[in-house]
Amino acid sequence: MTQTIELNVNGARRAVTADPATPLIYVLRNDLKLKGTRFGCGAGVCGCCTVLLDGRGIQSCNTPLSAADGREVTTIEGLGGEGQSGERMGGKAAAHPLQQAFVDEQAGQCGYCLTGIVMGAAALLRRNPSPTEAEIRSELDIHLCRCGAYDRILRAIRRASETMGKRSG
Amino acid sequence: MTSEPLPPSLARNRRLDRWVEIRTDGVVEVRTGKVEIGQGIVSALAQIAAEELDVDYTRIRMIPADTGRSPNEGVTAGSRSTMDGGGALRQACAEVRDAFLQAAARRLDAGIDELFVRDGTIHRKASNESATYWELSAEVDLARDADGRAAPKRADQLTLVGKPLPRLDLPDKVTGAGVYVHDLELPGMLHGRVVRPPSYGAVLKAFDGTRIETMPGVRAVVRDGRFLGVVAAREEQAVAAAAALARCAAWQEAADLPDVDALPTFLRSRPSQVKVLSEKGVPQDKGAHAVSASYSRPFLAHASIGPACAVARVQAGAIEVWCQSQSIHPTRLDIAKTLGVAPDTITVRHVQGAGCYGHNAADDAALDAVLLARAVQGHPVRLQWSHEDELAWSPFGPAMLVAMNGTVDDAGRIVNWRHELWSNPHIARPGLQESPSLLAAWHLGQPFAQPPGIDSLPGIQPTSERNAVPIYDFANQRVVLNALDRLPVRTGTLRAIGGFLNTFAIECFMDELAHAAGIEPVELRLKHLSDARAIAVIEAARERSGLASRSRHDGSGRDGSRGMGLGFARYSNEAAYAAVVAEVEAGETIRVVRVVAAVDCGRTINPNGVANQVEGGIVQTVSWVLKEQVRFDRTRITTRTWDDYPILRFSEAPPVEVSIIDRPDQPSLGVGEAVAGPVAAAIANAVFDAIGVRVRDLPLTRERLLAAIDDT
Ligand code: FES
Ligand code: FES
Repeated sequence: MTQTIELNVNGARRAVTADPATPLIYVLRNDLKLKGTRFGCGAGVCGCCTVLLDGRGIQSCNTPLSAADGREVTTIEGLGGEGQSGERMGGKAAAHPLQQAFVDEQAGQCGYCLTGIVMGAAALLRRNPSPTEAEIRSELDIHLCRCGAYDRILRAIRRASETMGKRSG
Repeated sequence: MTSEPLPPSLARNRRLDRWVEIRTDGVVEVRTGKVEIGQGIVSALAQIAAEELDVDYTRIRMIPADTGRSPNEGVTAGSRSTMDGGGALRQACAEVRDAFLQAAARRLDAGIDELFVRDGTIHRKASNESATYWELSAEVDLARDADGRAAPKRADQLTLVGKPLPRLDLPDKVTGAGVYVHDLELPGMLHGRVVRPPSYGAVLKAFDGTRIETMPGVRAVVRDGRFLGVVAAREEQAVAAAAALARCAAWQEAADLPDVDALPTFLRSRPSQVKVLSEKGVPQDKGAHAVSASYSRPFLAHASIGPACAVARVQAGAIEVWCQSQSIHPTRLDIAKTLGVAPDTITVRHVQGAGCYGHNAADDAALDAVLLARAVQGHPVRLQWSHEDELAWSPFGPAMLVAMNGTVDDAGRIVNWRHELWSNPHIARPGLQESPSLLAAWHLGQPFAQPPGIDSLPGIQPTSERNAVPIYDFANQRVVLNALDRLPVRTGTLRAIGGFLNTFAIECFMDELAHAAGIEPVELRLKHLSDARAIAVIEAARERSGLASRSRHDGSGRDGSRGMGLGFARYSNEAAYAAVVAEVEAGETIRVVRVVAAVDCGRTINPNGVANQVEGGIVQTVSWVLKEQVRFDRTRITTRTWDDYPILRFSEAPPVEVSIIDRPDQPSLGVGEAVAGPVAAAIANAVFDAIGVRVRDLPLTRERLLAAIDDT
């Protein structure tokens, strides 16, 4: 039973025609061509597909399209546009301080988990701009990194939190 | 000028223009047969190319491998990429640079030794005359064979190699660019899903897919034997149709799997062929301390974070495949064999996937995509495995068993050493055996037999026995492999292959012998080593970890507190050296609180890249050792979700410290697999150090620990 549903994605209004039960991840990736949200488990337990819904981190693989109706979705592609950073990274679009910190720390190997983790960390930093290491670890515990880059990822998140603290303070 | 023999990979792919293209716009295109599987290899190769060509690292554009143009370098595996591919690319680039120098010398009417290159511009010394690669590229013909006459740089001439340059691929990965095969979008693309049988040998008794054909978006239902799949317009429609299709199939299953909780007994009971790997001296046991122990590991899953994916298009007899295979050329051969077509009707292109630690489902997905795409000619089909199938149907690292016997005399010399190993062949990659080694090929109406697997290939060390022959100097030793036939559980190569359990066994056993004889375990190792590089990594790890300054290291603690342990190996006895110290907190459960490693991988191309890979290897091994174990009942693999197969999480990941001993004059050695065995042994040794309890069957779970405590 397809329906047309309006979402606000990365600051732009987008209309999507699909079954409202469709997991949000397929709409983001296939209808809106936002490929940065990665599919991992499809069951809400690995964190790969994390996006922000009204600023809170959610797993888009087990969130139906209908739950995003009329709400604000931020994906990795829209994160840099939050105006927190004007820097450019690798000649690409403006990067969020988290993205920059991941590159600075060379955090990641295959990189498949990274966009979900960056989004999870962005949600955390919004609520708690200077988390302790223990808070980062427990807040991000849903996110798996099979390549084992946890240590560098933690360093990257701490670095980003410091940079962002300096800018606002 | 004398010419050196070419590196093997270059000798097989001699044409220089297969490797390098200098574009007139200042970009250098580099092709290699090696593929990125998350290990950073492509950046390391770019660094080598930039070094030998004398161009800026950012000018290098690494072109993904395809079977049409890229050099055929076989498989990207076994930590051999920097060893093989790096050497070949280095020589090819040195020859390209030389060809441009010759051209500049002609144009500037100068002698070669009057010229030097800086970022692709060839300058004449003491003048302002110059010529660039980009200007000269029209007149330099790279459509010629490498001849080995131009020498690559000597260690003292290197300016980029050895520097911690950033990875080329990371910015795209953190900004969410569509870099993975999962992200491909082709015009007219449809979505496919496969429905696997419920167990390896399940027979399809009844199937009626007609009601699936009318489900929303469904474009094709495919059934060939017990290979079942669907193609639909939208991805969620394919997922829904696959779920419905699974309910339309009735299967007959057999209870043909072993008891998952008695794998060592099972392995010992299998028919085997005995192969003596090393035999020397006469065992002594006078006035001595004798120990025997056996060690095992379960089946381990690759458990990639992302499911396998591939895209295929079949049109007018031509087949195109985009996939994450580590072996695009051999995979093409097996797809051709399965379909009964000529290999040159198929083009296979590599696109990155999620992390890959050996032979996983990447190649299987390629064939799956082709089989589905045949049903919708002209439409590309994007096929993605479910996470559940990724866990249950990918090849597993095989279960293995090692039994050790040893004796130390009163002078602290090991006078008797016996290592007996049970393992099936680890290699099941495509393109190597008579029958295709691709999952769907065994399920077709006209099925191919699952091939038996192979233990050794020309030019690489046999897989089961890696590290079985000890690196230590023992006067009396006997090392035996009981080579098993293929096991009833699907297996393939997994990071560190047989080296993992062999090293775990040897390095735990060294500690056991040391404790029996009342010797400090690291001292016992040093006493039996003559390889200076081995000694150097052990001493470095011991110093940096603080193990050196500890007084108690004898298992006498029994206070449920912290312990430290060391493990060491030179991977395959020919690749990188690694010594690892783990610190644990052991009580009813084990926490690894810190890991310190020292590695020597010869000439380090990129120290940050090496450290990153070593850190990843450490964390993944901690996960294997503490948590991982494929489960099955007598019929089905029951490991299907992250709940069934937990891996290490943020809250459990230890801080890791890696130090690298650089040897610029030595060949670069692969490092991806070097730490696995040493980490495992270091943890088990640290647990013993903390609470005086030894667990020899992996993983070191709470139940095993409690059982071992009861036994002591
Ligand atoms: S893909 Fe959504 S949590 Fe794993
Ligand atoms: S970098 Fe590969 S899973 Fe995290």
